[in-house]
Amino acid sequence: MTPIGAVDAFARRHRYHLLETLPWLAAVASYFAFPDYLALGAQILATILFALSADLVLGYAGIVTLGHAAFFGTGAYIAGILAAHGWGEPITGLLAGAAAAALVGFLSGLVVLRTTGLALLMQTLVVATVVAEAANKASFITGGDDGLQGMEVWPVFGWFRFDLFGHTAYFYCLTVLFLCWLAARHIVHSPFGRSLTGIRENVRRMHAIGAPVARRRLVIYTISAGLAGISGALIAQTTQFVSLSFLSLERSGAVLIMLIIGGVGQLYGAFVGVPLYMVAQNRFSEIDPVYWYFWIGLLMVVVVVFARGGVLGLFDRFRR
Amino acid sequence: MNSPALETLGLQKSFGALTVANAVDFRLERGARHALIGPNGAGKTTFVELVTGALRPNAGQIRLGGVDVTQLVQAERVKRGLVRTFQITALFRRLSILENVTLAICERQGIAGGLVRPSGHHRAAIEEAHALLERLGLEDEALRPVNTLAYGRQRLVEIAVSLALSPKVLLLDEPAAGVPSSESGRIIEVIERLPADIALLIIEHDMDLVFRLAQRITVMVQGSILVEGPPEAIAADPEVRRVYLGERAPA
Repeated sequence: MTPIGAVDAFARRHRYHLLETLPWLAAVASYFAFPDYLALGAQILATILFALSADLVLGYAGIVTLGHAAFFGTGAYIAGILAAHGWGEPITGLLAGAAAAALVGFLSGLVVLRTTGLALLMQTLVVATVVAEAANKASFITGGDDGLQGMEVWPVFGWFRFDLFGHTAYFYCLTVLFLCWLAARHIVHSPFGRSLTGIRENVRRMHAIGAPVARRRLVIYTISAGLAGISGALIAQTTQFVSLSFLSLERSGAVLIMLIIGGVGQLYGAFVGVPLYMVAQNRFSEIDPVYWYFWIGLLMVVVVVFARGGVLGLFDRFRR
Repeated sequence: MNSPALETLGLQKSFGALTVANAVDFRLERGARHALIGPNGAGKTTFVELVTGALRPNAGQIRLGGVDVTQLVQAERVKRGLVRTFQITALFRRLSILENVTLAICERQGIAGGLVRPSGHHRAAIEEAHALLERLGLEDEALRPVNTLAYGRQRLVEIAVSLALSPKVLLLDEPAAGVPSSESGRIIEVIERLPADIALLIIEHDMDLVFRLAQRITVMVQGSILVEGPPEAIAADPEVRRVYLGERAPA
Protein backbone atom coordinates (compact mmCIF):
# COMPACT_ATOMS: atom_id res chain seq x y z
CA MET A 1 0.00 0.00 0.00
CA THR A 2 1.39 3.38 -1.00
CA PRO A 3 1.37 6.12 1.63
CA ILE A 4 -1.21 8.22 -0.20
CA GLY A 5 -3.32 5.10 -0.55
CA ALA A 6 -3.72 4.83 3.21
CA VAL A 7 -4.75 8.46 3.55
CA ASP A 8 -7.23 8.15 0.71
CA ALA A 9 -8.74 4.96 2.00
CA PHE A 10 -9.10 6.56 5.41
CA ALA A 11 -10.62 9.75 4.02
CA ARG A 12 -13.20 7.80 2.01
CA ARG A 13 -14.62 5.70 4.78
CA HIS A 14 -17.79 7.76 5.14
CA ARG A 15 -18.86 7.28 1.52
CA TYR A 16 -21.98 5.27 0.80
CA HIS A 17 -21.62 1.62 0.01
CA LEU A 18 -23.95 -0.24 -2.31
CA LEU A 19 -24.80 -2.70 0.47
CA GLU A 20 -26.31 0.13 2.44
CA THR A 21 -29.28 0.24 0.07
CA LEU A 22 -30.17 -3.29 1.14
CA PRO A 23 -32.33 -2.49 4.20
CA TRP A 24 -34.31 0.06 2.21
CA LEU A 25 -34.87 -2.23 -0.74
CA ALA A 26 -35.95 -4.94 1.70
CA ALA A 27 -38.35 -2.52 3.40
CA VAL A 28 -40.00 -1.51 0.12
CA ALA A 29 -40.10 -5.14 -1.06
CA SER A 30 -41.74 -6.19 2.22
CA TYR A 31 -44.49 -3.65 1.61
CA PHE A 32 -45.48 -5.47 -1.56
CA ALA A 33 -44.68 -8.99 -0.36
CA PHE A 34 -46.60 -8.85 2.95
CA PRO A 35 -49.60 -6.53 2.43
CA ASP A 36 -51.42 -8.20 5.34
CA TYR A 37 -48.66 -7.41 7.80
CA LEU A 38 -48.19 -3.67 7.26
CA ALA A 39 -49.19 -2.81 10.83
CA LEU A 40 -46.51 -5.14 12.15
CA GLY A 41 -44.13 -3.78 9.53
CA ALA A 42 -44.67 -0.21 10.72
CA GLN A 43 -43.99 -1.29 14.30
CA ILE A 44 -40.80 -3.01 13.19
CA LEU A 45 -39.62 0.10 11.36
CA ALA A 46 -40.29 2.32 14.37
CA THR A 47 -38.58 -0.17 16.68
CA ILE A 48 -35.53 -0.23 14.39
CA LEU A 49 -35.22 3.47 15.13
CA PHE A 50 -35.39 2.72 18.85
CA ALA A 51 -32.63 0.12 18.53
CA LEU A 52 -30.60 2.48 16.36
CA SER A 53 -30.79 5.13 19.08
CA ALA A 54 -29.60 2.56 21.63
CA ASP A 55 -26.74 1.60 19.32
CA LEU A 56 -25.47 5.19 19.33
CA VAL A 57 -24.98 5.15 23.10
CA LEU A 58 -24.13 1.48 23.65
CA GLY A 59 -22.30 0.60 20.45
CA TYR A 60 -20.48 3.85 19.84
CA ALA A 61 -20.03 5.64 23.16
CA GLY A 62 -19.95 2.44 25.24
CA ILE A 63 -22.67 3.68 27.60
CA VAL A 64 -24.47 0.60 28.91
CA THR A 65 -28.06 1.52 29.66
CA LEU A 66 -31.13 -0.32 30.92
CA GLY A 67 -33.28 2.77 30.88
CA HIS A 68 -33.73 3.70 27.28
CA ALA A 69 -37.48 3.07 27.51
CA ALA A 70 -37.69 6.27 29.57
CA PHE A 71 -37.01 8.28 26.41
CA PHE A 72 -39.06 6.02 24.16
CA GLY A 73 -42.03 6.30 26.52
CA THR A 74 -41.62 10.04 27.01
CA GLY A 75 -41.78 10.59 23.26
CA ALA A 76 -44.82 8.31 23.01
CA TYR A 77 -46.71 10.00 25.85
CA ILE A 78 -46.00 13.53 24.61
CA ALA A 79 -47.16 12.71 21.07
CA GLY A 80 -50.09 10.74 22.49
CA ILE A 81 -51.23 13.40 24.94
CA LEU A 82 -51.05 16.06 22.23
CA ALA A 83 -53.17 13.91 19.92
CA ALA A 84 -55.66 13.12 22.67
CA HIS A 85 -56.08 16.80 23.52
CA GLY A 86 -56.81 18.28 20.15
CA TRP A 87 -53.43 18.51 18.44
CA GLY A 88 -53.17 15.49 16.16
CA GLU A 89 -50.73 16.92 13.62
CA PRO A 90 -48.21 14.06 13.35
CA ILE A 91 -44.95 15.82 12.35
CA THR A 92 -45.07 18.42 15.11
CA GLY A 93 -46.15 15.61 17.44
CA LEU A 94 -42.96 13.72 16.57
CA LEU A 95 -40.83 16.80 17.09
CA ALA A 96 -42.47 17.55 20.44
CA GLY A 97 -41.90 13.94 21.50
CA ALA A 98 -38.27 14.16 20.40
CA ALA A 99 -37.69 17.43 22.23
CA ALA A 100 -39.24 16.18 25.46
CA ALA A 101 -37.29 12.92 25.33
CA ALA A 102 -34.06 14.76 24.58
CA LEU A 103 -34.69 17.04 27.55
CA VAL A 104 -35.22 14.04 29.84
CA GLY A 105 -32.05 12.53 28.36
CA PHE A 106 -30.05 15.70 28.92
CA LEU A 107 -31.22 16.24 32.51
CA SER A 108 -30.84 12.61 33.57
CA GLY A 109 -27.55 12.40 31.67
CA LEU A 110 -26.14 15.26 33.74
CA VAL A 111 -26.49 12.97 36.76
CA VAL A 112 -26.12 9.38 35.58
CA LEU A 113 -23.20 9.91 33.19
CA ARG A 114 -20.98 10.90 36.09
CA THR A 115 -20.61 7.18 36.69
CA THR A 116 -19.66 4.26 34.46
CA GLY A 117 -20.20 0.51 34.32
CA LEU A 118 -22.52 -1.14 36.78
CA ALA A 119 -23.28 2.05 38.71
CA LEU A 120 -24.32 3.72 35.47
CA LEU A 121 -26.47 0.74 34.54
CA MET A 122 -28.30 0.93 37.88
CA GLN A 123 -28.82 4.67 37.57
CA THR A 124 -30.33 4.41 34.10
CA LEU A 125 -32.65 1.78 35.56
CA VAL A 126 -33.59 4.20 38.34
CA VAL A 127 -34.34 7.00 35.87
CA ALA A 128 -36.62 4.73 33.83
CA THR A 129 -38.41 3.58 36.98
CA VAL A 130 -38.91 7.14 38.17
CA VAL A 131 -40.31 8.24 34.80
CA ALA A 132 -42.62 5.19 34.68
CA GLU A 133 -43.87 5.85 38.19
CA ALA A 134 -44.42 9.52 37.40
CA ALA A 135 -46.52 8.51 34.39
CA ASN A 136 -48.45 6.10 36.59
CA LYS A 137 -49.17 8.76 39.22
CA ALA A 138 -50.17 11.34 36.62
CA SER A 139 -53.07 9.15 35.52
CA PHE A 140 -55.33 12.21 35.07
CA ILE A 141 -53.33 13.00 31.94
CA THR A 142 -51.65 9.69 31.01
CA GLY A 143 -54.55 7.37 31.78
CA GLY A 144 -52.29 5.46 34.20
CA ASP A 145 -52.81 1.71 34.17
CA ASP A 146 -55.62 1.92 31.61
CA GLY A 147 -53.36 3.49 29.03
CA LEU A 148 -53.88 6.70 27.12
CA GLN A 149 -57.21 6.66 25.32
CA GLY A 150 -58.80 8.83 22.66
CA MET A 151 -55.87 9.76 20.46
CA GLU A 152 -56.86 11.32 17.18
CA VAL A 153 -53.98 11.62 14.74
CA TRP A 154 -54.52 13.85 11.73
CA PRO A 155 -53.49 12.90 8.20
CA VAL A 156 -49.81 13.34 7.36
CA PHE A 157 -49.34 16.69 5.57
CA GLY A 158 -53.12 17.02 5.85
CA TRP A 159 -53.49 14.44 3.11
CA PHE A 160 -52.40 10.86 3.96
CA ARG A 161 -54.91 9.43 6.44
CA PHE A 162 -53.80 6.69 8.80
CA ASP A 163 -55.82 3.79 7.39
CA LEU A 164 -56.80 0.49 8.99
CA PHE A 165 -54.46 -1.55 6.81
CA GLY A 166 -51.38 0.45 7.71
CA HIS A 167 -50.34 1.74 4.29
CA THR A 168 -49.79 5.27 5.55
CA ALA A 169 -48.30 4.07 8.82
CA TYR A 170 -45.78 1.93 6.95
CA PHE A 171 -44.48 4.67 4.71
CA TYR A 172 -44.68 7.26 7.47
CA CYS A 173 -42.45 5.11 9.69
CA LEU A 174 -40.17 4.19 6.80
CA THR A 175 -39.61 7.84 5.85
CA VAL A 176 -38.93 8.96 9.41
CA LEU A 177 -36.60 6.01 9.99
CA PHE A 178 -34.73 6.83 6.79
CA LEU A 179 -34.23 10.48 7.76
CA CYS A 180 -33.11 9.54 11.27
CA TRP A 181 -30.75 6.90 9.88
CA LEU A 182 -29.18 9.53 7.61
CA ALA A 183 -28.66 11.73 10.65
CA ALA A 184 -27.26 8.88 12.76
CA ARG A 185 -24.93 7.84 9.98
CA HIS A 186 -23.70 11.39 9.60
CA ILE A 187 -23.05 11.63 13.33
CA VAL A 188 -21.16 8.34 13.40
CA HIS A 189 -18.83 9.45 10.61
CA SER A 190 -18.25 12.95 11.94
CA PRO A 191 -15.17 13.72 14.04
CA PHE A 192 -17.54 13.76 17.02
CA GLY A 193 -18.72 10.24 16.19
CA ARG A 194 -15.17 8.99 15.76
CA SER A 195 -14.25 10.46 19.13
CA LEU A 196 -17.15 8.50 20.66
CA THR A 197 -15.54 5.34 19.34
CA GLY A 198 -12.37 6.50 21.05
CA ILE A 199 -14.27 6.88 24.32
CA ARG A 200 -15.63 3.36 23.96
CA GLU A 201 -12.22 1.91 23.12
CA ASN A 202 -10.19 3.65 25.82
CA VAL A 203 -11.54 6.42 27.97
CA ARG A 204 -8.22 7.01 29.77
CA ARG A 205 -6.53 7.67 26.46
CA MET A 206 -9.32 10.05 25.46
CA HIS A 207 -8.66 12.08 28.61
CA ALA A 208 -4.95 11.99 27.88
CA ILE A 209 -5.40 13.46 24.39
CA GLY A 210 -7.40 16.29 25.91
CA ALA A 211 -10.93 15.27 24.96
CA PRO A 212 -13.86 16.68 26.97
CA VAL A 213 -15.19 13.17 27.57
CA ALA A 214 -18.09 14.10 29.86
CA ARG A 215 -19.46 16.65 27.40
CA ARG A 216 -19.23 14.27 24.46
CA ARG A 217 -21.06 11.56 26.36
CA LEU A 218 -23.79 13.97 27.37
CA VAL A 219 -24.26 15.19 23.79
CA ILE A 220 -24.68 11.70 22.35
CA TYR A 221 -26.91 10.64 25.24
CA THR A 222 -29.18 13.60 24.50
CA ILE A 223 -29.26 12.95 20.76
CA SER A 224 -29.96 9.26 21.34
CA ALA A 225 -32.76 10.09 23.78
CA GLY A 226 -34.31 12.37 21.15
CA LEU A 227 -34.23 9.61 18.53
CA ALA A 228 -35.73 7.14 21.00
CA GLY A 229 -38.46 9.71 21.64
CA ILE A 230 -39.23 9.92 17.92
CA SER A 231 -39.46 6.14 17.84
CA GLY A 232 -41.93 6.08 20.73
CA ALA A 233 -43.96 8.88 19.17
CA LEU A 234 -44.12 6.94 15.89
CA ILE A 235 -45.55 3.89 17.61
CA ALA A 236 -47.99 5.99 19.62
CA GLN A 237 -49.27 7.75 16.51
CA THR A 238 -49.52 4.66 14.33
CA THR A 239 -51.19 2.45 16.96
CA GLN A 240 -53.13 5.35 18.53
CA PHE A 241 -52.41 4.00 21.96
CA VAL A 242 -49.85 4.48 24.72
CA SER A 243 -49.53 2.42 27.88
CA LEU A 244 -47.19 2.24 30.84
CA SER A 245 -45.47 -0.72 29.18
CA PHE A 246 -43.85 1.86 26.88
CA LEU A 247 -41.72 2.88 29.88
CA SER A 248 -41.06 -0.59 31.25
CA LEU A 249 -37.82 -2.36 32.01
CA GLU A 250 -38.93 -5.09 29.59
CA ARG A 251 -38.97 -2.50 26.82
CA SER A 252 -35.45 -1.32 27.69
CA GLY A 253 -34.22 -4.89 27.87
CA ALA A 254 -35.92 -6.06 24.69
CA VAL A 255 -34.34 -3.30 22.61
CA LEU A 256 -30.90 -4.33 23.86
CA ILE A 257 -31.65 -7.97 23.03
CA MET A 258 -32.73 -7.02 19.51
CA LEU A 259 -29.61 -4.93 19.07
CA ILE A 260 -27.32 -7.66 20.37
CA ILE A 261 -28.96 -10.22 18.08
CA GLY A 262 -28.28 -7.93 15.14
CA GLY A 263 -24.84 -6.70 16.16
CA VAL A 264 -23.72 -3.77 18.31
CA GLY A 265 -21.80 -0.72 17.14
CA GLN A 266 -22.20 -1.20 13.41
CA LEU A 267 -25.20 1.05 12.72
CA TYR A 268 -26.95 -1.80 10.91
CA GLY A 269 -27.42 -4.25 13.75
CA ALA A 270 -30.81 -2.69 14.44
CA PHE A 271 -31.90 -3.35 10.87
CA VAL A 272 -31.17 -7.06 11.27
CA GLY A 273 -31.94 -7.75 14.90
CA VAL A 274 -35.27 -5.95 15.21
CA PRO A 275 -37.06 -7.64 12.27
CA LEU A 276 -35.62 -11.00 13.31
CA TYR A 277 -36.81 -10.61 16.90
CA MET A 278 -40.21 -9.13 16.13
CA VAL A 279 -41.06 -11.56 13.34
CA ALA A 280 -39.92 -14.44 15.54
CA GLN A 281 -42.00 -13.07 18.39
CA ASN A 282 -45.00 -12.77 16.09
CA ARG A 283 -44.58 -16.30 14.75
CA PHE A 284 -43.74 -17.94 18.06
CA SER A 285 -46.70 -16.34 19.81
CA GLU A 286 -49.02 -17.68 17.12
CA ILE A 287 -47.57 -21.17 17.23
CA ASP A 288 -47.10 -21.29 20.97
CA PRO A 289 -49.10 -18.54 22.72
CA VAL A 290 -48.05 -19.65 26.20
CA TYR A 291 -44.36 -20.38 25.95
CA TRP A 292 -43.27 -18.13 23.11
CA TYR A 293 -40.89 -16.25 25.38
CA PHE A 294 -38.97 -19.47 25.84
CA TRP A 295 -38.21 -19.60 22.11
CA ILE A 296 -37.05 -15.97 22.15
CA GLY A 297 -34.80 -16.89 25.05
CA LEU A 298 -33.43 -19.84 23.13
CA LEU A 299 -32.72 -17.58 20.14
CA MET A 300 -30.83 -15.23 22.45
CA VAL A 301 -28.77 -18.10 23.91
CA VAL A 302 -27.86 -19.30 20.43
CA VAL A 303 -26.70 -15.82 19.43
CA VAL A 304 -24.65 -15.32 22.57
CA VAL A 305 -22.99 -18.74 22.33
CA PHE A 306 -22.44 -19.02 18.59
CA ALA A 307 -22.47 -15.47 17.27
CA ARG A 308 -20.91 -13.08 19.75
CA GLY A 309 -20.99 -10.19 17.30
CA GLY A 310 -24.64 -10.81 16.46
CA VAL A 311 -25.82 -11.74 12.98
CA LEU A 312 -23.68 -9.00 11.43
CA GLY A 313 -20.69 -10.41 13.28
CA LEU A 314 -21.34 -13.74 11.58
CA PHE A 315 -21.20 -12.08 8.17
CA ASP A 316 -17.94 -10.43 9.09
CA ARG A 317 -16.50 -13.77 10.09
CA PHE A 318 -17.45 -15.39 6.80
CA ARG A 319 -16.04 -12.52 4.80
CA ARG A 320 -12.58 -13.01 6.27
CA MET B 1 11.10 33.02 29.52
CA ASN B 2 13.27 31.78 32.33
CA SER B 3 10.51 29.88 34.05
CA PRO B 4 10.98 26.12 33.72
CA ALA B 5 8.80 24.09 31.37
CA LEU B 6 7.31 22.29 34.34
CA GLU B 7 7.61 22.92 38.03
CA THR B 8 6.02 21.48 41.15
CA LEU B 9 6.09 23.23 44.50
CA GLY B 10 5.43 21.29 47.69
CA LEU B 11 3.31 18.69 45.89
CA GLN B 12 1.55 16.52 48.43
CA LYS B 13 -0.68 13.48 48.02
CA SER B 14 -1.83 10.85 50.47
CA PHE B 15 -4.17 7.90 50.25
CA GLY B 16 -5.24 7.58 53.86
CA ALA B 17 -2.12 7.02 55.94
CA LEU B 18 -0.01 6.31 52.88
CA THR B 19 1.86 9.34 51.59
CA VAL B 20 2.70 8.88 47.91
CA ALA B 21 3.98 12.37 47.23
CA ASN B 22 5.69 14.18 50.05
CA ALA B 23 6.42 17.89 49.47
CA VAL B 24 7.83 17.27 46.02
CA ASP B 25 9.70 20.28 44.59
CA PHE B 26 10.66 19.48 41.06
CA ARG B 27 11.88 21.48 38.05
CA LEU B 28 11.92 20.37 34.46
CA GLU B 29 13.85 22.89 32.37
CA ARG B 30 12.83 23.82 28.83
CA GLY B 31 14.16 21.29 26.36
CA ALA B 32 15.43 19.10 29.20
CA ARG B 33 16.23 15.39 28.92
CA HIS B 34 15.42 14.42 32.45
CA ALA B 35 14.86 11.02 34.01
CA LEU B 36 12.86 10.15 37.11
CA ILE B 37 13.93 6.89 38.69
CA GLY B 38 13.23 5.06 41.90
CA PRO B 39 12.36 1.62 43.26
CA ASN B 40 8.91 0.10 42.77
CA GLY B 41 6.28 1.98 44.70
CA ALA B 42 8.39 5.12 44.96
CA GLY B 43 5.51 7.20 43.62
CA LYS B 44 6.81 7.88 40.12
CA THR B 45 3.62 7.08 38.27
CA THR B 46 1.57 8.84 40.95
CA PHE B 47 3.73 11.87 40.29
CA VAL B 48 2.82 11.66 36.60
CA GLU B 49 -0.87 11.34 37.45
CA LEU B 50 -0.67 14.39 39.71
CA VAL B 51 1.15 16.48 37.15
CA THR B 52 -1.21 15.57 34.30
CA GLY B 53 -4.31 16.10 36.40
CA ALA B 54 -5.58 12.53 36.53
CA LEU B 55 -5.16 12.84 40.32
CA ARG B 56 -5.70 15.91 42.50
CA PRO B 57 -2.96 16.81 44.97
CA ASN B 58 -3.82 17.44 48.63
CA ALA B 59 -1.52 20.44 48.61
CA GLY B 60 1.08 22.14 46.49
CA GLN B 61 1.26 23.73 43.11
CA ILE B 62 1.94 22.64 39.54
CA ARG B 63 3.26 25.25 37.12
CA LEU B 64 3.48 24.83 33.39
CA GLY B 65 5.75 27.38 31.73
CA GLY B 66 5.40 29.52 34.84
CA VAL B 67 1.59 29.39 34.87
CA ASP B 68 -0.26 27.75 37.73
CA VAL B 69 -2.29 24.84 36.31
CA THR B 70 -3.10 23.09 39.59
CA GLN B 71 -6.82 23.77 39.25
CA LEU B 72 -7.10 22.89 35.56
CA VAL B 73 -8.61 19.61 34.42
CA GLN B 74 -6.54 17.18 32.42
CA ALA B 75 -7.91 18.22 29.01
CA GLU B 76 -6.94 21.86 29.57
CA ARG B 77 -3.41 20.89 30.59
CA VAL B 78 -3.10 18.84 27.41
CA LYS B 79 -4.15 21.89 25.40
CA ARG B 80 -1.30 23.78 27.05
CA GLY B 81 1.19 21.21 25.85
CA LEU B 82 1.46 18.84 28.83
CA VAL B 83 1.30 15.33 27.38
CA ARG B 84 2.00 11.87 28.75
CA THR B 85 2.42 8.31 27.56
CA PHE B 86 1.28 5.31 29.57
CA GLN B 87 3.39 2.68 31.27
CA ILE B 88 0.98 0.03 30.02
CA THR B 89 0.00 0.83 26.47
CA ALA B 90 -3.29 2.70 26.42
CA LEU B 91 -4.46 2.97 22.85
CA PHE B 92 -7.66 2.50 20.86
CA ARG B 93 -6.86 -1.14 20.33
CA ARG B 94 -9.39 -2.04 17.66
CA LEU B 95 -8.82 1.13 15.63
CA SER B 96 -6.10 1.57 13.04
CA ILE B 97 -2.83 3.30 13.85
CA LEU B 98 -3.78 6.12 11.53
CA GLU B 99 -7.06 6.60 13.36
CA ASN B 100 -5.34 6.55 16.75
CA VAL B 101 -3.12 9.42 15.69
CA THR B 102 -5.84 11.26 13.75
CA LEU B 103 -8.11 11.31 16.79
CA ALA B 104 -5.36 13.02 18.76
CA ILE B 105 -4.72 15.56 16.01
CA CYS B 106 -8.44 16.37 15.76
CA GLU B 107 -8.52 17.01 19.51
CA ARG B 108 -5.51 19.29 19.30
CA GLN B 109 -6.99 21.25 16.41
CA GLY B 110 -10.30 21.58 18.23
CA ILE B 111 -12.29 19.91 15.46
CA ALA B 112 -12.99 16.67 17.29
CA GLY B 113 -16.40 17.80 18.54
CA GLY B 114 -17.60 18.66 15.04
CA LEU B 115 -20.86 17.17 13.83
CA VAL B 116 -21.23 18.90 10.49
CA ARG B 117 -18.48 17.64 8.19
CA PRO B 118 -17.54 13.98 7.86
CA SER B 119 -14.21 13.18 9.52
CA GLY B 120 -12.83 12.11 6.13
CA HIS B 121 -13.17 15.69 4.90
CA HIS B 122 -10.61 16.89 7.44
CA ARG B 123 -7.89 15.78 5.11
CA ALA B 124 -5.18 17.99 6.54
CA ALA B 125 -5.53 16.23 9.88
CA ILE B 126 -5.28 12.80 8.27
CA GLU B 127 -2.25 13.82 6.23
CA GLU B 128 -0.55 15.24 9.29
CA ALA B 129 -1.18 11.96 11.09
CA HIS B 130 0.27 10.03 8.20
CA ALA B 131 3.35 12.24 8.06
CA LEU B 132 3.90 11.56 11.74
CA LEU B 133 3.68 7.81 11.12
CA GLU B 134 6.27 8.18 8.37
CA ARG B 135 8.56 9.98 10.79
CA LEU B 136 8.36 7.01 13.15
CA GLY B 137 8.52 4.39 10.41
CA LEU B 138 4.97 3.16 10.98
CA GLU B 139 3.44 4.15 7.64
CA ASP B 140 3.35 0.62 6.19
CA GLU B 141 1.02 -0.44 8.96
CA ALA B 142 -1.11 2.71 8.94
CA LEU B 143 -4.41 0.92 8.42
CA ARG B 144 -3.76 -2.03 10.71
CA PRO B 145 -5.64 -2.19 14.00
CA VAL B 146 -3.30 -1.53 16.90
CA ASN B 147 -4.06 -4.87 18.56
CA THR B 148 -2.55 -6.75 15.61
CA LEU B 149 0.87 -5.13 16.11
CA ALA B 150 3.84 -6.41 18.07
CA TYR B 151 4.12 -4.77 21.47
CA GLY B 152 7.23 -2.83 20.53
CA ARG B 153 5.33 -1.26 17.62
CA GLN B 154 2.45 -0.42 19.91
CA ARG B 155 4.88 1.49 22.14
CA LEU B 156 5.87 3.53 19.09
CA VAL B 157 2.20 4.27 18.36
CA GLU B 158 1.91 5.40 21.96
CA ILE B 159 4.68 7.92 21.29
CA ALA B 160 3.13 8.89 17.93
CA VAL B 161 -0.20 9.70 19.59
CA SER B 162 1.50 11.92 22.16
CA LEU B 163 3.55 13.72 19.51
CA ALA B 164 0.33 14.39 17.60
CA LEU B 165 -0.64 16.67 20.48
CA SER B 166 2.38 18.96 19.85
CA PRO B 167 3.72 18.62 23.39
CA LYS B 168 5.89 21.20 25.09
CA VAL B 169 6.38 18.85 28.01
CA LEU B 170 6.32 15.12 27.37
CA LEU B 171 6.14 12.63 30.24
CA LEU B 172 7.25 9.20 29.05
CA ASP B 173 6.14 6.61 31.59
CA GLU B 174 8.46 3.63 31.06
CA PRO B 175 8.51 3.93 27.27
CA ALA B 176 10.32 0.62 26.83
CA ALA B 177 8.51 -1.37 29.51
CA GLY B 178 7.60 -4.87 28.41
CA VAL B 179 9.46 -4.56 25.13
CA PRO B 180 12.04 -7.21 24.22
CA SER B 181 15.56 -5.78 24.00
CA SER B 182 15.63 -6.49 20.27
CA GLU B 183 12.94 -3.87 19.79
CA SER B 184 13.82 -1.36 22.49
CA GLY B 185 16.66 0.06 20.40
CA ARG B 186 14.18 1.49 17.94
CA ILE B 187 12.24 3.18 20.74
CA ILE B 188 15.38 4.73 22.23
CA GLU B 189 16.34 5.97 18.77
CA VAL B 190 12.95 7.64 18.35
CA ILE B 191 13.21 9.30 21.76
CA GLU B 192 16.72 10.53 20.99
CA ARG B 193 15.49 12.15 17.80
CA LEU B 194 12.58 14.01 19.39
CA PRO B 195 12.64 17.78 18.73
CA ALA B 196 15.01 19.55 21.11
CA ASP B 197 12.37 22.08 22.22
CA ILE B 198 10.26 19.38 23.87
CA ALA B 199 11.06 19.05 27.55
CA LEU B 200 11.25 15.31 28.25
CA LEU B 201 10.71 13.58 31.54
CA ILE B 202 11.40 9.86 31.31
CA ILE B 203 10.19 7.58 34.06
CA GLU B 204 12.15 4.41 33.63
CA HIS B 205 13.44 1.24 35.24
CA ASP B 206 15.85 0.38 32.48
CA MET B 207 19.15 1.91 33.63
CA ASP B 208 20.81 1.54 30.21
CA LEU B 209 18.08 3.66 28.71
CA VAL B 210 18.21 6.23 31.51
CA PHE B 211 21.97 6.74 31.34
CA ARG B 212 21.86 6.88 27.57
CA LEU B 213 19.09 9.47 27.30
CA ALA B 214 19.11 11.60 30.43
CA GLN B 215 21.21 14.67 31.08
CA ARG B 216 19.74 14.97 34.53
CA ILE B 217 18.35 12.38 36.91
CA THR B 218 16.01 12.66 39.87
CA VAL B 219 15.79 9.76 42.30
CA MET B 220 12.52 9.32 44.13
CA VAL B 221 12.03 7.11 47.18
CA GLN B 222 8.81 6.69 49.11
CA GLY B 223 7.18 9.75 47.63
CA SER B 224 10.10 12.08 48.28
CA ILE B 225 12.97 13.26 46.14
CA LEU B 226 16.13 11.67 47.45
CA VAL B 227 18.65 13.36 45.22
CA GLU B 228 18.95 15.06 41.87
CA GLY B 229 21.92 15.61 39.61
CA PRO B 230 23.75 14.74 36.41
CA PRO B 231 24.03 11.01 35.61
CA GLU B 232 27.66 10.69 36.77
CA ALA B 233 26.85 12.15 40.17
CA ILE B 234 23.81 9.90 40.55
CA ALA B 235 25.77 6.82 39.54
CA ALA B 236 28.44 7.67 42.12
CA ASP B 237 26.06 8.61 44.91
CA PRO B 238 26.47 6.01 47.66
CA GLU B 239 22.95 6.47 49.00
CA VAL B 240 21.40 5.99 45.56
CA ARG B 241 23.45 2.85 45.09
CA ARG B 242 22.25 1.57 48.43
CA VAL B 243 18.49 2.18 47.98
CA TYR B 244 18.07 1.74 44.33
CA LEU B 245 20.87 0.54 42.16
CA GLY B 246 21.91 -2.18 44.54
CA GLU B 247 25.25 -3.65 43.71
CA ARG B 248 24.73 -3.37 39.98
CA ALA B 249 27.02 -0.83 38.34
CA PRO B 250 25.36 1.41 35.77
CA ALA B 251 26.50 1.10 32.19
